[in-house]
Amino acid sequence: MQRNAVRWGLLALFVDGPKYGYQLRTELDTRTGGSWAVNVGQIYTTLDRLVRDGLVATEGADAEGRELYMLTEPGRVALAEWYLTPVTETERPRNELAIKLAMAARDPSVDITIVVQHQRTESMRQLRDYTDLRRQANEDVDLTWSLFLDHLIFALEGELRWLDHVEATVLRRRYTRPAPASTYAPTPPEAAEIAESGRARR
Amino acid sequence: MSDVVLRLAEVERVYRAGEGSVWALAGVSLTVRAGELVAVMGPSGSGKSTLLSIAGGLEVPTSGSVEVAGVRLGGLDSTAVAHLRRDRIGYVFQDFNLVTDLTAAENVALPLELGGSSARAARASAITALDEVGLPEVADRFPDQLSGGQQQRVAIARALVGERRLVLADEPTGALDSQTSLAVLQVLRARIDGGAAGVLVTHEARYAGWADRTVFLRDGRLVDTTPERDDARRLLAEPS
Ligand SMILES: Nc1ncnc2c1ncn2[C@@H]1O[C@H](COP(=O)(O)OP(=O)(O)OP(=O)(O)O)[C@@H](O)[C@H]1O
Ligand SMILES: [Mg+2]
Repeated sequence: MQRNAVRWGLLALFVDGPKYGYQLRTELDTRTGGSWAVNVGQIYTTLDRLVRDGLVATEGADAEGRELYMLTEPGRVALAEWYLTPVTETERPRNELAIKLAMAARDPSVDITIVVQHQRTESMRQLRDYTDLRRQANEDVDLTWSLFLDHLIFALEGELRWLDHVEATVLRRRYTRPAPASTYAPTPPEAAEIAESGRARR
Repeated sequence: MSDVVLRLAEVERVYRAGEGSVWALAGVSLTVRAGELVAVMGPSGSGKSTLLSIAGGLEVPTSGSVEVAGVRLGGLDSTAVAHLRRDRIGYVFQDFNLVTDLTAAENVALPLELGGSSARAARASAITALDEVGLPEVADRFPDQLSGGQQQRVAIARALVGERRLVLADEPTGALDSQTSLAVLQVLRARIDGGAAGVLVTHEARYAGWADRTVFLRDGRLVDTTPERDDARRLLAEPS
């Protein structure tokens, strides 16, 4: 998890009024379905830094005596700047799935249709499970959570389209040009099994 | 089990094509229970429509058996199959298949009227069904006065009207924009949650996500199926 994302995510929680420390954790949790997995310690450290930087300030206490924090004017400006700055650094290039399939595609001993199908089934299972959650989510109650789930759903949809594309591309190339000689011997049993079942299907 | 609504066992469908034969289905077994929606995905020509039309009694398998609501279709004469189809099975065709000289409402009411409902009751149910798919205003228009997406929704209303035990839908969202597609899936899903069984053929993963299970067809065979539900919230909580 990018540290900056937690900082900005916390700051953004203050737009609808003053909050106490632990409340930030609960809200971050429900709005991201726990997927951000930020621990309490990290919440308080980040909150301290936001106060130090003048983006958040203390604002008395609530009826139970918990110290409340609120967004300052510089905090509001910083938040607006964050919203207007596009995100450029993501984990996209290091995605294991992308590397695995792109590597498997050039290995002539691998039956790409099986590799793709295993992934397709798994991605489809995730898509089904997120769709379940999305159907239960209520935009009016928690818009952030609803849109966050939509993000996961659209990403999986894109992933599945890419899987179709990988399969089609590899098959087209294998039928139209001779396979290059393998430059190494694949050894893991899994790989052998995939190659074996691939041969059996042809 | 008693709640099985559709059971296909080792279904094969071979088409004669010129000199050779095409194995559109090469031994497919599939069971769908009441309250369950199964999505079918696979490349073009993999046998999805063939699977659906055999499940709906529109086509006869070359071998294997088909059972709908406990009745083996192979043991019925064509009239009995037609009745079962009309009363128990809702079918959304890939190309809509509306009757061109009937209005939208008449198209939707048709299976009910044929099944013996009064014209008034059938029309009332048809209007409700059109309302559900977001088309209350087109009841008295003819198919050629409707857009592709509207015709598709009329076809869906026709498949959902009455007490259908089994709903079979072939690319029901093919002509719809994404908001309308989601609305249609909601209607379909509500019917399934109300106790019907359903099979949804789709190219779109996002819509297959509404099904309880997705099966993948390839060259007339089921090659894989998604596992049962997990606790998605728990999966989400695992740091990635
Ligand atoms: N009446 C027919 N005569 C001969 N071959 C047929 C007939 N109907 C279908 N086929 C063949 O059977 C195979 C499966 O066709 P089917 O219509 O079930 O595919 P599909 O998965 O629905 O494809 P799509 O995604 O394009 O709708 C195809 O190879 C098709 O050409
Ligand atoms: Mg088809």
